[in-house]
Amino acid sequence: MTQNMRWKMTQKMRITQNQKMMLVKDLSFSYNSKEVLKKISFEVKEGEMVFIIGPNGSGKSTLLKCLNGILKGKGAVYIGEMDVRRLSKREIAKIVGYVPQRCEVNHLTVFDTILLGRRPHIGWNIEQRDIEMVKKVIRLLNLENLSFRRLTQLSGGELQMVTIARALAQEPKILLLDEPTNNLDLKNQIEVMRILGEIARKEGISVITAMHDLNLASLYADRIIMLKDSRIIAMGGTEILTTENIERVYDVRVSILQHEGKPLILPA
Amino acid sequence: MRMASTKITDYQEYIRSKHSFGILLFLILVIVSLASLCLGSYSLSLGEILSALTGNGDASSSLVVWNMRLPRIAAATIAGLSLAVAGAVMQCVLRNPLASPFTVGISHGAAFGAAFAIIELGAGELHRTGEGIIITNPYLIPLFAFFGALIGVFVILLLSKLRDLSPEAMILAGVAMASLFSAATMLMQYFAEDVKVAAVVFWTFGDIGRATWGEIRLMAIAVIPALAYFFYRRWDYNALLSGDETAISLGIDPQRIRLESMLLASFVTAICVSFLGIIGFIGLISPHIVRLVVGGDYRFLIPLSTLLGSLFLLSADTVGRVIIAPIVIPVGIVTAFMGAPVFIYLLIRGNGR
Repeated sequence: MTQNMRWKMTQKMRITQNQKMMLVKDLSFSYNSKEVLKKISFEVKEGEMVFIIGPNGSGKSTLLKCLNGILKGKGAVYIGEMDVRRLSKREIAKIVGYVPQRCEVNHLTVFDTILLGRRPHIGWNIEQRDIEMVKKVIRLLNLENLSFRRLTQLSGGELQMVTIARALAQEPKILLLDEPTNNLDLKNQIEVMRILGEIARKEGISVITAMHDLNLASLYADRIIMLKDSRIIAMGGTEILTTENIERVYDVRVSILQHEGKPLILPA
Repeated sequence: MRMASTKITDYQEYIRSKHSFGILLFLILVIVSLASLCLGSYSLSLGEILSALTGNGDASSSLVVWNMRLPRIAAATIAGLSLAVAGAVMQCVLRNPLASPFTVGISHGAAFGAAFAIIELGAGELHRTGEGIIITNPYLIPLFAFFGALIGVFVILLLSKLRDLSPEAMILAGVAMASLFSAATMLMQYFAEDVKVAAVVFWTFGDIGRATWGEIRLMAIAVIPALAYFFYRRWDYNALLSGDETAISLGIDPQRIRLESMLLASFVTAICVSFLGIIGFIGLISPHIVRLVVGGDYRFLIPLSTLLGSLFLLSADTVGRVIIAPIVIPVGIVTAFMGAPVFIYLLIRGNGR
């Protein structure tokens, strides 16, 4: 048996075992004295697509930032068996990729920006393997034509794709995305979600996404976490997207239609 | 699609183009060094210079080459690269395109520290006999220059922690710091003996000519570890360009890098200031010109800025030496004439990095 085959088999076994990838227990966080997260608990399995939905200011972004240690909350966050607070920033970065809501523009080229995703893995210098990884991700996200453009020359959507590419180049086991489809056109929205769904399934990466678009979330979600006023209101499969729950979270009446077996959420 | 994928394989090509810019800069630096060696009020033929270099020259040509021109070239090269790399790093960690040791007041802090050591601790005197500054303690002045620079760094780091402080506001704070340090220096001068005042005034003109081989060695020893650190951090500086949250998610501790980088940048600045005086604008304009040519990638920005900084300072010093020879214009004055227009241009262009 070749190395590669053995690797694939163990990989497959691990996915079918549906291991716990992340465990969050009683996570609370306050900015100054304002409590933004109150006793949040959930777990994420390997290869699972989890969507966090909720109104503006409900704590979605804060929750994501607590998961990779950008912010330090009270309570526990475990990655696999390890407590996030015991891991160094670099150790976390080898496991968790993060796509912020807004990315800052600079004069780096697209290629070099994505190459930064290799930072947690490199020592004094990059190796051929790092370059190959970047090329692979560029191909995956169809960014070939932009490779040597500077970030200042990109549109908002292109910038978003580059940021996602950088996180993928990190080869994470867990991917955190803060409203990744915000700046994307319809085609790219679907394309990004399809690619994320594919890598989650094939490579067992857990993808945790904060999102506003309920319909897009319902199409790709294995699990949905509904946040309101710093608390989890509901958690479960797409079946929790009921008119009652949505009204509770957003204070908006909606009707849910079934279209070709998929729910379609419309304002009533 | 085929064309597009060949584009990615062009990465080596893309790296090579940056390397060739570096080689070009290096060659120009060598040429300017040679020119600087040949030019001067004491005229020497190429043959005399060569024989002096190889140790076969007569006493006077050996003296000019080994004790006057070569130390100037070495000092200008080291100081130029130190100031330029300090500027490049500060522009990144303070997220401010206008940052440099000179513009945020660190140079003035260092000058204040040096003046304090000269006047209050009697570390040096200037006598009219033309011997230049007599240094009674070669380590005291750099040490206090570093303390002075640290005061400047502390204030700047505190200001940069405050949110929404615009780049312009930070530079204005730097101007305020600079005038505060200058006022404190003047206050000390007011009460000091005239030989010490002369020494301090002499200091405020940045001048390459005063460096001796011993001091050049000290400068080199100080700057080499700092350069190694800055170069090691080149990836982290790139990550910081994308914002602190992104940097953390890539495994980097922004606060720590900011602190270490600022301390080291002010250290190399302090060393240069304490031996050569205040030399402005090299640290500001060198990284900007490199950025215009090769982009904002710190992998190239750090080494190329050092080359360009050396090139600038050496050229400025050579111009200062020959333009109204035999009078030598201190290099600080030349760089100010060179750099101030560029600085104003950058301000007008806004925050464009």
